[in-house]
Amino acid sequence: MRPVSYAVPASVDEALAAIADLPGAKFLGGGTNLVDLMREGIEAPDVLVDVTRLPLAEITETADGGLRIGSGVRNTDLAAHPLLRGRYPVVAQAVVMGASGQIRNMATVGGNLLQRTRCLYFYDQAAACNKRERGAGCDAAAGHNRMGAILGASEHCVAVHPSDLAVALVLLDAQVEVVSRSGTRTISVGDFHRLPGQTPDVDTTLAADELVTAVLLPPEPLALRSRYRKVRDRASYAFALVSVAAALEVRDDSVTQVRVALGGVAHKPWRATVLEEQLTGRSATDEEFERAARAELAQAVGGPDTEFKIGLAVRTITATLRRLRDEGGAA
Amino acid sequence: MTIAPERTTTTAPPTEVPAGAPGPAIGRAVDRVDGLAKATGTARFSAEYPIPGLTHAVLVHAPIARGRITALDTTVAEAHPGVVLVLTHHNAPRLTPPPARMNPMDLSTMAAGSTIPFLNTDEVHVDGQPVAAVVAETLEAAQYAASLVRVEYLEVTPTGDFDAELGNSTPVRSMPVMPPTGGKRGDARAAYGRSPVQVDLAFSTPQHNHNALEPHATTAEWDGDRLTVYEGCQNIDWTQKYLAKRFGISAGDVHVVAKFVGGAFGGKSKVWAATLIACMAAKVAQRPVRLALTREGVYRTVGGRTPTRQRVAIGASASGHMEALIHEVTSRKGRVGGEADQVVACSLDLYDAATILAEQRIVELDLMPNTAMRAPGEAQGSFAVESAVDELAVVLGLDPVDLRLRNQPGERSPVHGTRYSHRRLAQTLERGRDLFGWADRPAPGTRDGKDLVGWGVAAAIHPSWEFIANVQLTVDATGGVTLACAFHEMGMGTATVVGQMVADCLDVPLERVTAVYGDSDLPMGPGAGGSGQTASLAASIERACRAMRKRLDSLSDRVGMPDGSDPGEVLSRAGEGSLTVEVGADSGPRATWGQVRFLSKMVLDSRRWMKAATGAHFCEVRVDADTGELRVTRWTSVFDVGRVVNPKTTHSQLRGGIVMGLGLAMGEETLIDTRSARIMNPSLAEYHVPVHADVPHLDIHTLDDPDPQMPLGILGAGEVGIVGVGAAVANAVRHATGRRVTDLPLTLDRIVG
Repeated sequence: MRPVSYAVPASVDEALAAIADLPGAKFLGGGTNLVDLMREGIEAPDVLVDVTRLPLAEITETADGGLRIGSGVRNTDLAAHPLLRGRYPVVAQAVVMGASGQIRNMATVGGNLLQRTRCLYFYDQAAACNKRERGAGCDAAAGHNRMGAILGASEHCVAVHPSDLAVALVLLDAQVEVVSRSGTRTISVGDFHRLPGQTPDVDTTLAADELVTAVLLPPEPLALRSRYRKVRDRASYAFALVSVAAALEVRDDSVTQVRVALGGVAHKPWRATVLEEQLTGRSATDEEFERAARAELAQAVGGPDTEFKIGLAVRTITATLRRLRDEGGAA
Repeated sequence: MTIAPERTTTTAPPTEVPAGAPGPAIGRAVDRVDGLAKATGTARFSAEYPIPGLTHAVLVHAPIARGRITALDTTVAEAHPGVVLVLTHHNAPRLTPPPARMNPMDLSTMAAGSTIPFLNTDEVHVDGQPVAAVVAETLEAAQYAASLVRVEYLEVTPTGDFDAELGNSTPVRSMPVMPPTGGKRGDARAAYGRSPVQVDLAFSTPQHNHNALEPHATTAEWDGDRLTVYEGCQNIDWTQKYLAKRFGISAGDVHVVAKFVGGAFGGKSKVWAATLIACMAAKVAQRPVRLALTREGVYRTVGGRTPTRQRVAIGASASGHMEALIHEVTSRKGRVGGEADQVVACSLDLYDAATILAEQRIVELDLMPNTAMRAPGEAQGSFAVESAVDELAVVLGLDPVDLRLRNQPGERSPVHGTRYSHRRLAQTLERGRDLFGWADRPAPGTRDGKDLVGWGVAAAIHPSWEFIANVQLTVDATGGVTLACAFHEMGMGTATVVGQMVADCLDVPLERVTAVYGDSDLPMGPGAGGSGQTASLAASIERACRAMRKRLDSLSDRVGMPDGSDPGEVLSRAGEGSLTVEVGADSGPRATWGQVRFLSKMVLDSRRWMKAATGAHFCEVRVDADTGELRVTRWTSVFDVGRVVNPKTTHSQLRGGIVMGLGLAMGEETLIDTRSARIMNPSLAEYHVPVHADVPHLDIHTLDDPDPQMPLGILGAGEVGIVGVGAAVANAVRHATGRRVTDLPLTLDRIVG
């Protein structure tokens, strides 16, 4: 591995100064993705600024009844937190379905959002990849891309974002709190990740000198009736082919509220707005669920390796909504 | 609310202890003698020998599959602090070229992984071929400096697309004393055409790669012209002779130490690039060198299991008697090495079809040569033939167990005409059927909640092999007994069962016996391959113990003690320090004679007897009706592996074979980009071996019925476990979903959608 220096800032201000002033500096969280990428030569920071000792590892209740999750909270601690499990089951489920126990013990919330794609061609220095090097070309499009995008891809990139947590956060309209030396701002998590377009090398709307400090979950009664369903190539320790975060409220057999977000299908967690619009106010039947899911996936484009994911997404959405409906108010 | 992923939990039943054990030690579920050392981390593997002055080597892999190095700049790498040297084809020692092919009469040819003269040429023959190695004082310095080596290539378009090259295949001919790659009984094509019931299916299996827990590692040290190599390998003798030949020194000047091997499965039976390069680097550096491959390095420089394209056609009468069995296979090897796996072999002995035709063809590609992987050939071939037999049962409306029982051969192998030494395949099917409760098999397509439930069955067969085992048996006056032999302990329990066999054959308590192994200074051992190591050792242990007992008895006569007295007491009374008996010889005329005798016995034996381990797998699967996600929820297997020396280690081996078979069935697939002939998923994250949640409790049973023609009745248990697993799962999926999946792995998109 390339030589790298290592800094441990004593405060958030020190961390922000380091990232702004030291050339080639990058924040280090649990390191479960960044260090892998450094070993592969894909990330090559000159300085690692370790933010895991900053006071960012708290989960606190907000005044309005939401949750503020520090960016340094470990995935394991997040999934085990009673308030999160009680109020936002979809988030807890998404976290435990990611990675392995050992990785979750290390990985942080901020790092989870900032993890990079698992596209095989992104990981292989011998292949052409626009995400690694803008303008280099994309060997994945006509290569092995079973994990590739079916929604929102561009001719420059077919990669997907691998996070499970982010899919659940998008479902709940969470906010990402970020700070830089110019101040604090919040970004809606739906706007945090981006579609590849012409610049797939840019994963997020986070600026280079900004530090993620927290994720804010708004109070959301609908979240009590939420569920995360992850479909993958083995029972554990695999990235999603398709994942579905969903929340549903049914009254008098009609859908009064519905939210769906998809993972494993796009360069960012995919909020199924077409589905939500079409299904709200309709009968809560399997047929309506499927019709709305099909409408969402109407814009999907599959290749030889990914065609199956379109139908899989439709069936997984339908099954997840069916299960939420059948569980009724028991959430 | 549950947030844990769904999974099946079962409690393990008590270990079965087979009846009819011949002595107090054999047949006992003895704990592994190396268990404590491994559990506490004191067992030393090849990358763990602390040698003064040790340096670390890291490979630079070519990112092209075919071409030539046009420029090589090592200056920046060499200038990096801590770098000792950069080894390339410019400064590497010139070795004797690798042998063009294997020759069983010249054991130095048997371990050649490929014909590439590594670092002795500017040519690149496979993607990932090492083109340089950086040797440094620390691993970190070597790793970083390796990234600083600049190499330019003139690239030639590689041929890496197996399917596109099928038309350029050539026939494979069976070789004497090698596993069969073809066979014929009558006119199967004509008989198939006449058969009233026909099943004709095409199958594919992908390339697999080795993922032993311990990635390949070598520590090499020269003392003048003497080479010591710490090398986790499966064949110390072949490794020693191969290295001696390549480096132009005598075999006696190569010392191979392989005390512990962290799994091998066929992937450590050859000498691969990294071993040679570690030895070359140590010679140039005049320092000891350790070269431990990364996980990716194993994918790039060690062969894997060949993919296959197969056709199985079965013609049958309406009553379910097989009239014709046709099995046609194409596999691939590398342009620079590899051999055809015996993919059709199991079709020659599973069923008594009136006519049989088995043929193999092969394609050469610009890919890393394939190599042995647990039941090479049988693992892939059994998927096809046992799936086709299942489909025949569906077409006939017959129970698949009954169909298999109806077509069992009599006393003789249908194609070879040789006599079965003993054949218990039918008994494994019948016992498995009872233990699994097959009579309660649900109707096809049974739904339970969100899942479709199906049950599947498949048969397994794997031939039994015996190799040369030279052993030295010593008894000392304290009563200690030592068995010395350069055999291999790769985690399967050989060191433990050797003690059990010696204890009973010499009639001494197990605690008195010690096995010394894993070192070429010891008498030549059998390779740990072909499921033959334990049986091979058993033959020589029996001979050595008989000879020892005879000498002890004459000694006890001399001192007036009764025959069969405690060896330690006899020696003490006689005033002897120790007694040693040797079987076989490693060098000189006796060794040559041993090899000739071994090969002629093998040929004679193969004309006379068909000896094989057999078994039957029964499983239940659940398929999510919406997504096609496949979970194996129940498993029972019954095996005939002959005598079970140690049920704990034997059942563990069989269980491991099934777990590996579940990988073959459900997830494992090496993805090769056909444009670049490059492996795209060289990691445990993207190459899907089973995780714990994929594996249900595996209920293992053995008949423990000694084979009359094998030493101590042992047939071998290393490989039969994986045979048929792919088909058992696919057959259960067929039963659950109505869909016959003919391509491995059984991913969800192939099952539903």
